[in-house]
Amino acid sequence: MDLGPFLVLATLEGLLQAAVLTLIALGLSLVFGVMRIVNVAHGEFYMLGAVIAWFVASLLSLHPAVGFFLALVISPLLVGLVAYASERLILKRLKYDPEATIVATIGMLYVIQQVVLIGFGPDARPVEAPFYYRIRLPWFGYSAYNLFVMAAAVVLLIGCWYILTRTRLGLIMRATQFDSETAQAFGIPVDKVYGYVFAAGAMLAAVAAVLIVPIRQAHYLMGLDPLLLSFIVVIIGGLGSLRGTVVAALIIGLSDGIISVFFSPTLAKMLSTLLVALVLVFKPEGLFGAKAR
Amino acid sequence: MLEITDLNVYHGSSRTLKDFSLALNAGEVLCLLGRNGAGKTTALKSIMGLLPAQSGSIRLEGRELTSLRPYEVPKQGIGYVPQGRRLFSELTVQENLDIGLMTRKTGRDVLENALKLFPRLRERLGQVSGTLSGGEQQMLATARALCIDPSVILLDEPTEGLMPSMIATIRDVVLQLRDQGKAILLVEQRVDAVLSVADRVCFVENGKAHPALPVAALRDDPSLLERYVGVS
Ligand SMILES: Nc1ncnc2c1ncn2[C@@H]1O[C@H](COP(=O)(O)OP(=O)(O)OP(=O)(O)O)[C@@H](O)[C@H]1O
Ligand SMILES: [Mg+2]
Repeated sequence: MDLGPFLVLATLEGLLQAAVLTLIALGLSLVFGVMRIVNVAHGEFYMLGAVIAWFVASLLSLHPAVGFFLALVISPLLVGLVAYASERLILKRLKYDPEATIVATIGMLYVIQQVVLIGFGPDARPVEAPFYYRIRLPWFGYSAYNLFVMAAAVVLLIGCWYILTRTRLGLIMRATQFDSETAQAFGIPVDKVYGYVFAAGAMLAAVAAVLIVPIRQAHYLMGLDPLLLSFIVVIIGGLGSLRGTVVAALIIGLSDGIISVFFSPTLAKMLSTLLVALVLVFKPEGLFGAKAR
Repeated sequence: MLEITDLNVYHGSSRTLKDFSLALNAGEVLCLLGRNGAGKTTALKSIMGLLPAQSGSIRLEGRELTSLRPYEVPKQGIGYVPQGRRLFSELTVQENLDIGLMTRKTGRDVLENALKLFPRLRERLGQVSGTLSGGEQQMLATARALCIDPSVILLDEPTEGLMPSMIATIRDVVLQLRDQGKAILLVEQRVDAVLSVADRVCFVENGKAHPALPVAALRDDPSLLERYVGVS
């Protein structure tokens, strides 16, 4: 094969990576933006989403498509519930103190990981894709399911954008993000908003996991890589900026895909980390973040 | 209308309000006067439930507010114009007003009344509020509070940093609101502004409120100002 087809394949891989990464990073960014909490356990909600998807798909022994779409509903709901409970029981009691919540979410990371290790085991387990169809490109076949994942991510992102910018709920979230005290003085139950936002952030990660698990398998350590990458995305894109998150996820996802295909995954990680360093030095608020006032 | 009795509020271990008492009636402007750090902003925040009361009571038409959660206080009909305006600065003018309208699910007529007082805002509904001029920001902060359709309005230094014509606009609006029967608690540093709008004044000193005096007392005896605020 010459360079062209390789580049097409690498770009497709990169786009797939970017699609999933955008969803995960958006969850992280939402939680940080609105609540000022660095959620180190975010990757574990992603992992939990994939594991629950495996349970739903394999234990119910339904048609793969039915199992998958059931998982797409059940898994985010359960993960959202777990996140909501941990927010109420832990983060709220810490009064959202920035340092204490970092330590607490590190604790959550290990608890979730170990519970899954006990209940699910150390093996990687596959979930069947809802459908198999290979699109024949001139040079190679490409799974239509991968394209479905990208399309689903785009639809979800448009949904998020719509909610954030065009609905009352989004207005409430943005007001809370900019000035939680004044938000309360205008009747916004900030405390409840925090609970829901934390759950919503985790649910975004879980949805991403269910989408990707037919391609990547479920494993109890699968949350670490996306956690790192979404931190990178959030720093580059600017905290709490939807546009920034999407652009940064595209940059990181695409470059990661392309560099991994042509060179090595390690080089890809090195370059994105370097990019973070540059952004932190020259534009600490991120490419699209608001300047701190 | 609004009655504060023996309120004690702490910042950490330091007592910022000490047996603070105050009564505000409908259709009057009561001015809080006092030096920087006397506790005026703290008093307003405590009314809004943003700072918890250690002891004492705050009653709105007999209803105890200190036991409510902070977000329930504005729903009782208290509009708050914070010091420094505190707009949601990345939101548009319209969105800031929408948040006021959402508080008590008030309708378009309330918005219309607020915009009638500040016609300049109507031309700028789509503008991001952080890019408004200082005077326009103050108008928006006030209009946002009016969108609650409040019976009590708390204004914390609304004329801070404004030029005279803007101060006159704010004063006219405050007087109109008073004449509509609203109860207005105004924190104000500028003595001339106080003299021109207040019905009564209340000196705040070291977290304590002195008994309120009719504004005429201040006109007659400028030494009061000297004593409590350090100006003559
Ligand atoms: N968040 C806080 N933490 C600790 N102390 C505070 C806090 N906010 C206010 N204080 C203290 O409480 C006291 C009263 O402050 P407050 O803001 O109520 O004064 P003020 O009368 O509004 O002053 P100004 O005229 O400067 O606005 C001050 O001594 C201040 O230092
Ligand atoms: Mg003050």
